[in-house]
Amino acid sequence: MNEYNFAYLDEQTKRMIRRAILKALAVPGYQVPFASREMPMPYGWGTGGVQVSAATLTPDDVFKVIDQGADDTTNAVSIRKFFEKTAGVATTEETGKATIIQTRHRIPEARLRADQILVYQVPIPEPLRFLEPRETETRKMHSLQEYGLMHVKLYEDISQHGAISTAYAYPVRVADRYVMDPSPIPKFDNPKLEMDAIQLFGAGREQRIYALPPHTRVVSLDFEDYPFEASKADHACNLCGAEDSYLDEVITDDAGNRMFVCSDTDYCRSRREAGHQGRLAQEGTA
Amino acid sequence: MTPLLQVKGIEKRYGARIGCRDVSFDLYPGEVMGIVGESGSGKSTLLNCLVGHLEPDAGQVIFDTRADGPVDTVTMSEPDRRMLGRTDWAFVHQHARDGLRMSVSAGGNIGERLMAVGSRHYGQIRGQALDWLGRVEIAESRVDDRPSAFSGGMQQRLQIARNLVTGPRLVFMDEPTGGLDVSVQARLLDLLRGLVREMGLSAIIVTHDLAVVRLLADRLMVMKDGEVVEAGLTDQVLDDPQHAYTQLLVSSVLQV
Amino acid sequence: MIELTDVSKSFILHNQGGAVIPVMAGASLRVGAGECVALTGASGAGKSTLMRVIYGNYLAASGQVRVGGLDVARGQPREILQLRRETLGYVSQFLRVVPRVPTLDVVAEPLLALGVDRQAARSRASALLRRLNIPENLWGLSPTTFSGGEQQRVNIARGFAHDYPALLLDEPTASLDAENRETVLSLIDEAKARGAAIVGIFHDAEARDRVCDRAVDVSRFAPERMK
Repeated sequence: MNEYNFAYLDEQTKRMIRRAILKALAVPGYQVPFASREMPMPYGWGTGGVQVSAATLTPDDVFKVIDQGADDTTNAVSIRKFFEKTAGVATTEETGKATIIQTRHRIPEARLRADQILVYQVPIPEPLRFLEPRETETRKMHSLQEYGLMHVKLYEDISQHGAISTAYAYPVRVADRYVMDPSPIPKFDNPKLEMDAIQLFGAGREQRIYALPPHTRVVSLDFEDYPFEASKADHACNLCGAEDSYLDEVITDDAGNRMFVCSDTDYCRSRREAGHQGRLAQEGTA
Repeated sequence: MTPLLQVKGIEKRYGARIGCRDVSFDLYPGEVMGIVGESGSGKSTLLNCLVGHLEPDAGQVIFDTRADGPVDTVTMSEPDRRMLGRTDWAFVHQHARDGLRMSVSAGGNIGERLMAVGSRHYGQIRGQALDWLGRVEIAESRVDDRPSAFSGGMQQRLQIARNLVTGPRLVFMDEPTGGLDVSVQARLLDLLRGLVREMGLSAIIVTHDLAVVRLLADRLMVMKDGEVVEAGLTDQVLDDPQHAYTQLLVSSVLQV
Repeated sequence: MIELTDVSKSFILHNQGGAVIPVMAGASLRVGAGECVALTGASGAGKSTLMRVIYGNYLAASGQVRVGGLDVARGQPREILQLRRETLGYVSQFLRVVPRVPTLDVVAEPLLALGVDRQAARSRASALLRRLNIPENLWGLSPTTFSGGEQQRVNIARGFAHDYPALLLDEPTASLDAENRETVLSLIDEAKARGAAIVGIFHDAEARDRVCDRAVDVSRFAPERMK
């Protein structure tokens, strides 16, 4: 344990990151540049989220990591173990018990509280990037609120697919000011972005941190005649029977059989423990 | 009548070299002015100063805005100038690729300016995009195709539609027919003439092609070494040039 | 309506050693409403030059060229263009049009430029084309491919589309057959009757005698050098 400073990063670095976080909270949706460090994991594995978590953690925190809703994937397990080892903090898989939750591409189904912090791993923080490759130009567009281009992307969706087909990383307008990429969460999660907890977004490779303070107004962009819809698979969870949770589709055999299960593993487990049962509950738990 | 654009004493230097110097003129609503001169004569520098792509070292570019009347766009705040660039001004690039989003469909290209000024109704945006495709003689069936699948002439017409959809009052054009086949040029010129008249547009066209200005421009300004050497009614300047350089320019055109 | 006072014109050829070629001096001319004045003189005497000076196509070196109250020699481009749209028509010897524009629209264009609605402009254009015997099946085509005579008639139709208070006619009856020549002469008569001031060049002496009230020999205006 003594080989590492608390939570791996040195105190100067954490201070630098905290300053960026505070600025990000003061200007909701604005991408604050920060001096991202090399972390002992490849880019794309959550280096931004890990640095934000490291700068946020205190010894009393209870830490949870989810990857697309699941606590048990390689990525989630690795990051959880990383902080167990370098910070010695308690970890949990239960959403309600965690004080800091680092997430890749999901918001937990359970409603988060004011004493919790949600840390997102962000691959590409700039929502305008796919249409405007020049960083100088996108910065100017943000500062002048020239966001027409964002709607061009949605226009292209409708013209090609008959509906807004953007299903994840769905752009939002924050506090009537900045347009923000909420990281590749499914658009089903977009309404949950207005919450009681603090939300921090870290992009390691792109060296940006941005944030949503609690209760910030977050509006998903849309057209008057093609309004935003938070869609999910039109099924109930085959394990816990939940009809309100975001589902993963799992192919179960070579005959094309498939099942739908909650992407949030903790939510699904806690429901089953409370006695809820889905259509395939027996086989699923077997 | 208030001029739409008053240009006063524009000067741009590149170090010791002069880009353009002491250029002044008034442009009235509905007027089309051509700026001709050979490469390096300063006509593109001037155009870039007028439209705000370059900051002039001296001079004023006063535009008669809808809201506040005449305002110097050189000292105007950048947000205001960029807003002008999306609403009352339009800029047609020589190379359509510079003025189009090549990865966005034709309809999206036309709709962008509408969305930029707040249009949020897909059906209306698409309706206008289709209408404009028709006006620039591109088949409606191409609305969802990307401009990379278009010919050079079609790309240029698409660029014009994209620029005119918000009903600008002043259009800047930089060699709009450069690089196009002669037959494609004729069609484009004819189209531009019609649009200029129907929409009552004012335009400033930079070109080295005298045939283009004879067809499109009411007035002509001839530039050499960064200065205006002659200005006047287009046919008068071309048929009875007064300045030595203009005479040379006119007599150098190959007769067909 | 048209009034020239002491107008001179010379060409300076900067690229040929700055040679100065004076072509006209002391030209004065007055044409009132309803009057038709013929310019005469040998070929090269300066008839077309004078006409171009009146139209603003050539820049007068000195003197006044007043048409409908505007001094063309000093007018701003937009003032001259407005004059040409509303007041001063010009039928040149050659038709100069944008490729691809159909004949009917070529003739209607002066009216459209004045803001006349498309329907009315086209019906006026049709009437003129019919009168000048341009077959209706050609109206949808560009006149660039027409024969010389047809082009000349399209040009005349265009020149008479709007009832200009002042008209310049450069050889309007050249290369026309007897019937069409007759039509053009009656168009001129009608223009005079409604009060147009007309300056014309007619090589066809008979036509000249029929429509012109008087003739002005432009060799009078030749500068000293040329006399």
